[in-house]
Amino acid sequence: MSGFWGVTRAIVGREFLRFIHQRERFIAALVRPLVWLLIFAAGFRAALGLSIIPPYQTYITYETYIVPGLCAMVLLFNGMQSSLSLVYDREMGSMRLLLTSPFPRWWLLFCRLFGSTAISILQVYTFLGIAALFGITLPTLGYVAVLPGLILGGLMLGALGLVLSSFISQLENFAGVMNFVIFPMFFLSSALYPLWKMAESSPLLRDICALNPFTHVVELIRFLLYLQINLHALAWVVLSTILLTLLAVWGYDPARGLMKRKG
Amino acid sequence: MTGGLSVRDLSFDYGPKRALDAVSLDVAPGRFCALLGPNGAGKSTLVSLLTRLLVAPKGDIHIAGHDLRRAPRKALAALGVVFQQPTLDLNLSVRQNLSYFAALHGLPRSEVPGRIDAALDRLDMAERADEKARALNGGHRRRMELARALLHDPKVLLLDEPTVGLDAAARAAITAHVHDLADQGLCVLWTTHLTDEVRDSDALLVLHQGQILHAGTTGDVRGDMPLSDWFLAQTGAPA
Repeated sequence: MSGFWGVTRAIVGREFLRFIHQRERFIAALVRPLVWLLIFAAGFRAALGLSIIPPYQTYITYETYIVPGLCAMVLLFNGMQSSLSLVYDREMGSMRLLLTSPFPRWWLLFCRLFGSTAISILQVYTFLGIAALFGITLPTLGYVAVLPGLILGGLMLGALGLVLSSFISQLENFAGVMNFVIFPMFFLSSALYPLWKMAESSPLLRDICALNPFTHVVELIRFLLYLQINLHALAWVVLSTILLTLLAVWGYDPARGLMKRKG
Repeated sequence: MTGGLSVRDLSFDYGPKRALDAVSLDVAPGRFCALLGPNGAGKSTLVSLLTRLLVAPKGDIHIAGHDLRRAPRKALAALGVVFQQPTLDLNLSVRQNLSYFAALHGLPRSEVPGRIDAALDRLDMAERADEKARALNGGHRRRMELARALLHDPKVLLLDEPTVGLDAAARAAITAHVHDLADQGLCVLWTTHLTDEVRDSDALLVLHQGQILHAGTTGDVRGDMPLSDWFLAQTGAPA
């Protein structure tokens, strides 16, 4: 079993080292949600009237409303970026190195997933720290309580990235991922507006949002930040994580997977 | 065969296109076997199958006596690979790259520093251990990948066109070194399309259009012709 621990440490450690070497990536990952928080939200707050909905117990500013959505956005982008780096990795051959390890493939993929999730979480906490410096604070214990939600959400979105990476063959296609995965997932969710607001315009869109697993990541995080558990969201996220992880393991199965097309 | 590499009746298709057609081959321990084939012959597919990046629906692969299908962990643990594409993390030092690999293979932590020193020493790379991989030239990067492939004491060493992109001196050095390894008892399968890397005493397999055209000892197979001419005559491809 010590080998399993060793391989986990090595893969997660490598993710951290790569992350440290890509400082631009860290800055980009921070700037993105901060732009939304400090610019978009400031301009948008007047346009959107929010009523009191759970988990909030008083009126809140729009900035406060979108913080959980932006935490989830960090997880989403990082999950996708990790998929991009897998495509890149594979072309560079280091994915081959990983996959020819004698350890079970599902375990190797899980370690990789765990490593990228750990980095996402680091980014989320940095983002929350900067938000707090700008006066957008949350219940103190909420910062701790949200951790399991971030882990679960990070794993789910990382698994989604893995699934995509097993079907994407070229680097340029990340633009396609942006258009067809990241934007729809983000905008068709409760990250920027509560679902009841969406329902005022279109009940159909509201229903689509309610089916979007990303909505449930956002809500899971939102409730945990206020020390509550949204069981419905939790169930959705757990289910999606399991399904996507199975799909990723299937996508990387040597008997039918991606390498077949690539040779 | 227990110690070496043995492939039986291996076929693989990409959709309707047959990439490998009933390939069988044996490489004994202590043997340097050159797998010669023009581009598109199926070499890369064979390498992917031998490393379990792909799994064939039909055929058997045994590495050091372990069935790759039934006991993949044991089989992969006995296999060292140098891939055609570079697989180094250029931002990490030589030692970090090797430690990462050691962990991927589950080597005991206490043994790793000693093994890395020994492996680098064998390839005259000891003084480079703490340099970033990015700082190494192409020949040294390849040598480092070879050192890495030997870190876990494999029984079978697989090299997929390992000299691509290297200058003449680096090519000669790495070819000679791997021949030495075979002389010391390692089972080596070396894929290439360059005939000058093959010696007369080496075992030779010619792969063409997914099939093994010839198998034997190079000197016997080529007869009086230079290997490059013989290869061209067989495959219609310039070597």
